[in-house]
Amino acid sequence: MSLDSERPQEFRSEGERVHELAGGYQGDTLPQVETMQGSEDEQARLVELGLQAGAEPVPRTQWQLFRRRFFHHRMAILSLLLLGILIVLCFGARWIAPYPKNDQNLLAIDLPPSAQHWMGTDDLGRDEFTEILYAGQTSLRIGLTVGLLSTILGTAAGAVAGYFGRWQDQFLMRLTDLFLIIPQLVILAIAIQRFGGTAVVVSLVLAAVFWMATARVVRAQVLSIREKEFVEAARASGASSKRIIIRHILPNIIGPVVVAATLAVAAAIVTESSLSFLGFGVQPPQTSWGNMLTTAEQQVGTPQAYLMYFPGMMIFITVIAVNFLGDGLRDAFDPQSKD
Amino acid sequence: MVAFLIRRLGYSVLVLLVASIITFVGVRETFNPLAKYAFSKDRTAVARAKHSLGLDKPLMVQYGTFIGKFVRGDWGTSSRTGDSVSSMIGPAMLNTLQIIVPGILISLFLAILLGIYSAVKQYSVGDYAFTGLSFLGISMPPFWFGLMAIEFLAIKPKEWFGTSNTPLDFIGLHTPGHTGVFNGDYWQHLLLPVLTLTIQSIAEWSRYQRASMLDVMSLDYVRTATAKGVPRRSVILKHGFRNALIPLVSVVAIDIGALFGGLVITEQIFSIPGMGKVFVDALNAGDAQVLVVWLLVTAFFVILFNLIADLAYGILDPRVRLA
Repeated sequence: MSLDSERPQEFRSEGERVHELAGGYQGDTLPQVETMQGSEDEQARLVELGLQAGAEPVPRTQWQLFRRRFFHHRMAILSLLLLGILIVLCFGARWIAPYPKNDQNLLAIDLPPSAQHWMGTDDLGRDEFTEILYAGQTSLRIGLTVGLLSTILGTAAGAVAGYFGRWQDQFLMRLTDLFLIIPQLVILAIAIQRFGGTAVVVSLVLAAVFWMATARVVRAQVLSIREKEFVEAARASGASSKRIIIRHILPNIIGPVVVAATLAVAAAIVTESSLSFLGFGVQPPQTSWGNMLTTAEQQVGTPQAYLMYFPGMMIFITVIAVNFLGDGLRDAFDPQSKD
Repeated sequence: MVAFLIRRLGYSVLVLLVASIITFVGVRETFNPLAKYAFSKDRTAVARAKHSLGLDKPLMVQYGTFIGKFVRGDWGTSSRTGDSVSSMIGPAMLNTLQIIVPGILISLFLAILLGIYSAVKQYSVGDYAFTGLSFLGISMPPFWFGLMAIEFLAIKPKEWFGTSNTPLDFIGLHTPGHTGVFNGDYWQHLLLPVLTLTIQSIAEWSRYQRASMLDVMSLDYVRTATAKGVPRRSVILKHGFRNALIPLVSVVAIDIGALFGGLVITEQIFSIPGMGKVFVDALNAGDAQVLVVWLLVTAFFVILFNLIADLAYGILDPRVRLA
């Protein structure tokens, strides 16, 4: 059944990577031979690869290679910065926000964005920018918690299933099959209805569903790595299964795991807001970007439509940044990608 | 082939059965159908309702009764409206299919087209543009997109151009008084909901199509075809495209479930009385019977799509032996 087949996790294909390894040359023209004595950059690269006579290759640790590649991914760096700023703004809202939380000012209701109120005010005269920052605390906290929890759970389950095979594997695969046939949003809505719509419950419920995607990715990776010679060598020298998994396998799949974590963070933020939008997510008086958007939904087509622009834009920006960060990390962890 | 089909069907039925047990128990545990009798002055009301609803029997017996009736087509009655559940689900499903079927077809068409274009013209301006757009599409919260689409494709244009009506309608599937599907009114009602439902899948699927197309185009037999003088066009379409379609099929099958989830949001935004609305109403009212049936019917459709995808896989790729 196709439910068994893995989704390709990466958008970039092998073919594309081969192209990049070949110096990104395109089409039918072969790379020019002149480049062998080309610019200084090219020289440095050749030295590095140890391709030039007498040149010593520069030794680099994995971590140095990772950093080098990551810092070359401009969008990822930008996204990291943006996310940092967002986190500081939201969690520092007590000191940064221009107005106190929930500060109603009936003399300043429904004001469009201006210098005093960057994002305008709502029908109770609350400053939208302030409310957005406070709501961001909930949304970001849910995103990060779900990312962390589902990654830990998913990695553990995926590693066990992939390494041991047998019934552990069967159990994981059948369980995920089951959850794939019911729309996630629906399971989540029912579970949250059952346990109450606080940020903590929403995080836990989301993590309880999201770990399965990570587990599938990890399982597929472990399946290929456990057949490698170095794992066999470790087993032959008497290492326990626990040691093999933790010391030999997990460090080798850190890339896909981190990428899966970023995907989970992005998915958690969007899903939470979708649930809130339907009225099944975080319940007032707790605010999140999702339920702010719900409140503003009626403003479609009215002069107060700006109330609807901003919460959605915050979600959109955050998710884009998280996705770019994931993209950058994927490239940086990939030993085959060029420096 | 026949053996494969039988085994797959058997497995699907099993999955559906297990799913039905879990949803039945889960929903029963979540919603108390006796809640509305809790404040009744009639002290025997709770006990009587319990007996008449069969709630005094063990849970597994209740499940047996439920599933027995379910497969025979008796889907019970809604505790909210008192209507029979099948009379609610039927028309709702019909409305939903009108969104989801064009949605899947359009997404597939566009995703394949964009994917092939991006792969064939890798690193061109168009490729970079579509890569950027797909990144935006994947990150877009679907309901926000829906709201913004209403704002900027329907309401604002009316102000800008000073027309008396919005250029696109965004409430329901028909203007009151209109029926039928072969008229402009129906199609322009369909446009925004389908767009909202498909934006994410177009973005995501086109990326898969691009990746798998690139993989295929770098294979030896494609080079051979080019080398022996097969025109570029048929190399792309006959050698590349047909084989690059295979991975997409399984991705699409898995995403069908997610599409049903997205439908809940889309129908809410555009006030379409489909399955999504049935679900939201039932969940708000704690209508357990409707919820269980809803979940089973959706699960059935998802499994059906998966089965079709499996068969398509076997037809597209002769290397996959269906045994």
